[in-house]
Amino acid sequence: MSEEQQNGAPPKRVVGIDLGTTNSLVAFMQGDAPVVIPGEDGSNLVPSVVAVPLVEAGRAARDSISVGNAARTSLLTSPERAIYSVKRLMGRGVEDVTEELKLFPFKLASDIQSGEVLRILLGGTEYTPPEISAYILRQLKRNAERYFGTPVTQAVITVPAYFNDAQRQATKDAGRMAGLEVLRLVNEPTAAALAYGLDRKKEGIVAVYDLGGGTFDISILKLHDGIFEVIATNGDTHLGGDDIDNLLMAVAIDDVQGDHGVDIRTSPETIQALRKAVIDAKITLSSADSAAIDIALPSGVRYQRTITREQYEQLVAPVIARTIEPCESALRDAGIKPEQIDEVVMVGGSTRIPKVRALVDELFELSPRGKKPHIELNPDEVVALGAAVQANILAGGSAATEDMLLLDVTPLSLGIEALGGVVAKIIQRNSTIPASATEHFTTGVDGQTNVAIHVLQGERELAKDCRSLARFDLKGIPPMTAGLPRIEVKFLIDANGLLHVTATEQRSGKAAEIEVKPTYGLTDEQVESMILESFDYAEQDFAERQLIEAKNDAQTILEAVAKAHEHSAWQQLTESEQAGIDAAQQHLTSLTVGSDIDAIRKGIEVLDKATTRFAEIMMDSAVTSAIGGQTMDEASEHLGKAPNAPHPFAPADYK
Amino acid sequence: MPTQEKLGAPSATSDYFAVFSLPRKLSIDAPALEKQFYKLSRKLHPDLHAQASAEEQAEILAQSSQLNDAYRILKNPVSRVEYLLEVLGVRIDENNAAKKTDAPRVPADLLEEVFELNMQLEEMRANKKMGEDDPQLRADLEKAQTQFTSQLAAVDEDLHQTGKAWDSALDREDESAKAVIVKDLAALLDRRGYLRNLVRDVNEALAPTGLVNV
Repeated sequence: MSEEQQNGAPPKRVVGIDLGTTNSLVAFMQGDAPVVIPGEDGSNLVPSVVAVPLVEAGRAARDSISVGNAARTSLLTSPERAIYSVKRLMGRGVEDVTEELKLFPFKLASDIQSGEVLRILLGGTEYTPPEISAYILRQLKRNAERYFGTPVTQAVITVPAYFNDAQRQATKDAGRMAGLEVLRLVNEPTAAALAYGLDRKKEGIVAVYDLGGGTFDISILKLHDGIFEVIATNGDTHLGGDDIDNLLMAVAIDDVQGDHGVDIRTSPETIQALRKAVIDAKITLSSADSAAIDIALPSGVRYQRTITREQYEQLVAPVIARTIEPCESALRDAGIKPEQIDEVVMVGGSTRIPKVRALVDELFELSPRGKKPHIELNPDEVVALGAAVQANILAGGSAATEDMLLLDVTPLSLGIEALGGVVAKIIQRNSTIPASATEHFTTGVDGQTNVAIHVLQGERELAKDCRSLARFDLKGIPPMTAGLPRIEVKFLIDANGLLHVTATEQRSGKAAEIEVKPTYGLTDEQVESMILESFDYAEQDFAERQLIEAKNDAQTILEAVAKAHEHSAWQQLTESEQAGIDAAQQHLTSLTVGSDIDAIRKGIEVLDKATTRFAEIMMDSAVTSAIGGQTMDEASEHLGKAPNAPHPFAPADYK
Repeated sequence: MPTQEKLGAPSATSDYFAVFSLPRKLSIDAPALEKQFYKLSRKLHPDLHAQASAEEQAEILAQSSQLNDAYRILKNPVSRVEYLLEVLGVRIDENNAAKKTDAPRVPADLLEEVFELNMQLEEMRANKKMGEDDPQLRADLEKAQTQFTSQLAAVDEDLHQTGKAWDSALDREDESAKAVIVKDLAALLDRRGYLRNLVRDVNEALAPTGLVNV
């Protein structure tokens, strides 16, 4: 389905996806307002948990991978086959996650070299973080497809504003693996601002404080006439609710060791049970004065403990305090004083913690100015809603998003390594994107035909303290005297915050050949090979699914019509009406043995129309019988069975 | 992960002033510039061309990045001067990032003070390492901080005035005046760069933790 779409075919939907550390969501613009699309279980949030079945051969198993609530159950029963918070591993190297591994039950392949993409061991198979994320994205894609009844191929995916190039690229790769064309990576706090700013009446300076499951962002925006201009952003891609959970767990593990002399770290099931218990306690403590933790230890003995609000707040204060510095830096970069902030928007589940709200109030001097932070939109959903708004803008816009434009920035400075391992900044942080810089290079030795450029991201002075993005090898420089070649290299950060590099040797006018060695990340070929196999058959699968659903719907209405003959209402129809229904019924029955989806849908529609009057009569008689002693509930139950009631949407049958 | 990609042919070689249809003058009305930036963004931002062909998108990317680069450079009065000199062919080498880390020449009138200051800075850093505090030294440095900060402000004012002189020479098409002013501007930028580094070093030395966000 693309440009060749026939008239009357449903429009191409671009969805907005919040790929979160803890939960993921998919949303779209329904008329003037963004709405979250629920999953099959009716829940808006899909837990970012993936569970794999235990099998010997790797790839055959990938069909039965579960995602979301289903996988969360596996986390408790067979933790070695389930993974959560994989976002923390996106675009990271093995040396970045050493600390992480102490607290998370991630098992990595043992042969990963420094600078390689991570491989996670799960149920006997290795998966890269983008692959795990791709399973989550595929689930969201399916939820949206089920909801629309059409394939979904384009999406906007949100990322923490402070994500670097490697983390962004990993997210984009995940989208591609899931069969999604990622039209844009949008920064989460900016997306939240879009969701809040839909009314377009807001003007002034807005701060978005986004403390999620695993990441923290602060963005400062200027709103003017529908333009959302980010002036500064800062954050910490390893700070969030997870850190609070880990802290509470560490205390409990110590506690158990002290009280019972047991080290529960060797029991993954107990650890997961404890993790669930501390998360529940954390949530309780946002409203209650105390919470109880009660879990069974491997020995059968129970570990029971009550934690008071005061103890909890004291414990988590250092975690929450880590958000202060990024806020101050962002204000400084923006050249804005706290009292100049007109509005503060709260995003992320962790902003439900009263202590966090108190800190924000203090940081931005809200109470003294008679202001309150914005919490009107559900902090778990606001990012996805904003992504849907941005998706709508990218799809061409609508009345609701007309005149809305987002001008975002790059969160980190881009630099190249100069002599002595010093970083020369070429694009400063908080530059509006797309942004570019042109640099000139030459050779140092006569006849030299290659020049190497090391590109980094970060604010520190020395290359070793910044994030290495890639080494570019400019090749095919015509041999000349040292210093004579003039190679112009253009660095460009696109609207997704992703870097692109091009080079030309100016004396020969030739585009120089560039060989890219990404420091962390997958090559194009690798991504290609990881595209979830099901995607290869996506169109075919989809058609099959559509057919099954159409047949199910036809069956439902045919069964209802079959019963209609016995209903008293049938006798009230004219003969021609009865004949019309019978004809439509027979026609549809004959269609259901074929495989023409459109014909079946059309047949359903015809039968539906033919039975409209019958349904009306039946409704009247239902009301009559309600008066005659039936309860209204029973009556409406009958109504639900009427042929023209909305056709029940049969759950899609996935392999 | 950075990728090699064709960005499409760059648009007609126009300088940043031309992007905003401005003459190469150094006095720029900031609110008007912002207004024009928003107006052009509404035309050129990639979000508004997401459904266009790959070629069109590449062209839009080139144009919108140029617009953003132009706005970023022109809205700041100092980078505006640096850019003007660059398009005029002055200081082109200093603009290469690989050489930016080279220390600028010490302005002659500051030689003595800078020498003195560097000694004090050394001492301060040594004290810090040992966890000692010398109130006299701190007071001297604070004095230097005030002095150099005000000198930096004076340079900014000089830049502003010289910028005005440039604008009027441009209006008069006075080529010999322009040549002189360009040299003055280059010298002021050098001096400014030097003073800015001094102020940064002093601030760093006086910061309580020894850590300053750069």
